[in-house]
Amino acid sequence: MDKPGSVGIVETKYLTFAEPPSEMTLECGRTLGPITLAYETYGELNEARDNAILVVHALSGDAHAAGYHHPRDKHPGWWDIMIGSGRAFDTRKYFVICSNIIGGCQGSTGPSSINPQTGRPYGLSFPMVTVRDWVDTQKILIDHLGIKRLLCVVGGSTGGMQVLQWVVSYPDMVRLAIPIATTSKLSAQAIAFNEVGRVAIQSDPNWREGEYYGKALPRRGLTIARMIGHITYLSDRSMHQKFGRRLQDKSAYGYDFRTDFQVESYLRYKGDHFVDRFDANSYLYITKAMDYFDLTQGNGSLEGVFAGVKARFLVISFSSDWLFPTYQSKEIVSALRRVQADVIFTEIQTDYGHDAFLLESEQLSSLITNFLGHGWKEKS
Amino acid sequence: MGGSTEEIRLSETGAVVRLTPEHKLILTLIEANTRVLDLGCGEGDLMLALKVSKGVRAEGVELSEACIQACVARGLVSVHHGDLDEGLADYPDKSVDYVVSTNTIQALHRPMVLIREMARVGKRCIVSFPNFAHWRVRLQLLLKGRMPKTLKLPYEWYETLNIHLTTIHDFRDFCRKAGLKVLREIPLRSSAPGTYTEVRFLPNLRADAAIFILEDALPPAD
Repeated sequence: MDKPGSVGIVETKYLTFAEPPSEMTLECGRTLGPITLAYETYGELNEARDNAILVVHALSGDAHAAGYHHPRDKHPGWWDIMIGSGRAFDTRKYFVICSNIIGGCQGSTGPSSINPQTGRPYGLSFPMVTVRDWVDTQKILIDHLGIKRLLCVVGGSTGGMQVLQWVVSYPDMVRLAIPIATTSKLSAQAIAFNEVGRVAIQSDPNWREGEYYGKALPRRGLTIARMIGHITYLSDRSMHQKFGRRLQDKSAYGYDFRTDFQVESYLRYKGDHFVDRFDANSYLYITKAMDYFDLTQGNGSLEGVFAGVKARFLVISFSSDWLFPTYQSKEIVSALRRVQADVIFTEIQTDYGHDAFLLESEQLSSLITNFLGHGWKEKS
Repeated sequence: MGGSTEEIRLSETGAVVRLTPEHKLILTLIEANTRVLDLGCGEGDLMLALKVSKGVRAEGVELSEACIQACVARGLVSVHHGDLDEGLADYPDKSVDYVVSTNTIQALHRPMVLIREMARVGKRCIVSFPNFAHWRVRLQLLLKGRMPKTLKLPYEWYETLNIHLTTIHDFRDFCRKAGLKVLREIPLRSSAPGTYTEVRFLPNLRADAAIFILEDALPPAD
């Protein structure tokens, strides 16, 4: 640690609301309460309370976006390269908030949380949550922090969906919006990959219809789901460059079904590692929320949905992203342009596929630095 | 593509823009507080000059990622990373006052498609292009028997982006065929960097570039 610009040691905070009998009604029609949101903040909220940036995370992310929880932590938060003193989200200027999503397993209420009515984990009795529900809960957090209008909402992938939902649900609360590598509705291809992941989990005998808490976990199923996911986050070219056909710890083929290739070993490592920090039921719920995401709700035009937006946009896609390909960002841009919103759109040339938004990129950070900087200067 | 530029400091902001003679003339043609779409906007010099000096709401389309980066760094708020050869489908009919294209149309695969799109989207169009009938061009081919290289056309034949070079006469015919009315022709001769003179006598021979102001002559499609 102690890299220049790091926000240093941080801690996760919690906000609990929707205590019964004032439960929150979710998009699916069911109610949930109490709800706890895990979040972290970096930098200082200024007196005018107008320098706040909300960072929203993707499928497996959490509230820990920057800095370290303990001095001995090996890895910083998931977007540490972007958040800190002198970084794109400069904590000397801005107050950065990162909120975990409900349905997850990293401190916010989700299927692994205890249902106060039964005293046992919710499991599959947890109601289905959607991107809109995520945004509605984040809105409660932002209100709680005393912020009337966010300077910016930013996120990649599933986080980008939340950015779009924010500007649609709460148009008066967002000045600048940065949806990265995302879509206004999940494609059939992405739903298909999500479904394969879910089937892998549900086929694990340890899954037991989600009632596995306190017993053996559905490790194999979740590992497979994560392995599939990882393939979709990379690109043919980045896999070729990273692994090629190189062998793992051997110089000749084994002619058996143990690991031969480095790429196999990598995927297994990623899968195994994921199981230690993620709940299989949360994977089911979050991927389902992604599948349901369609800003137009299956009818009407995207233009109609964006009709009342007030934010200024920076829309970014990555050339080698085949999970959320550039054409999906262009659809967003097209609709925004038709409602005469201010939009910057760029496709960044990269070989790193969908995962590119999480990696160090001079282009990405300078785009965001400049877009935010000018937006900050010109705020009325 | 090609030609000289002059650096100009925009008084209000202190920002520096690099303007070609065509840019400077176009600045005088566009009224204040209008909406302008700049096709092939590069690093946003014309957009920024229009915004600062005329309060114009400018949008740009540009193919190069590095140019988009530069536009964002200059605080421009509406720039689209796109290929003009794909048309302007995102832009509704007559949604801007001017569609501007400086030194770009000759680099496109389908100039006819784009000029029609410009006329559809803009109430007026302003197009500038290098004049291939300029006497220096003619003489180089005639006397040396070689592909011409000039201030306006500085590239070797094998690396030029200018795949659809034209002359003032040909461009006039092209506009008519495309269903556009020529409101004004401004043949230009650039001398020192950043300066130009309007050419009135034998323009197709003596002008090294031209600016056409155009509008749609076709009735709007239903």
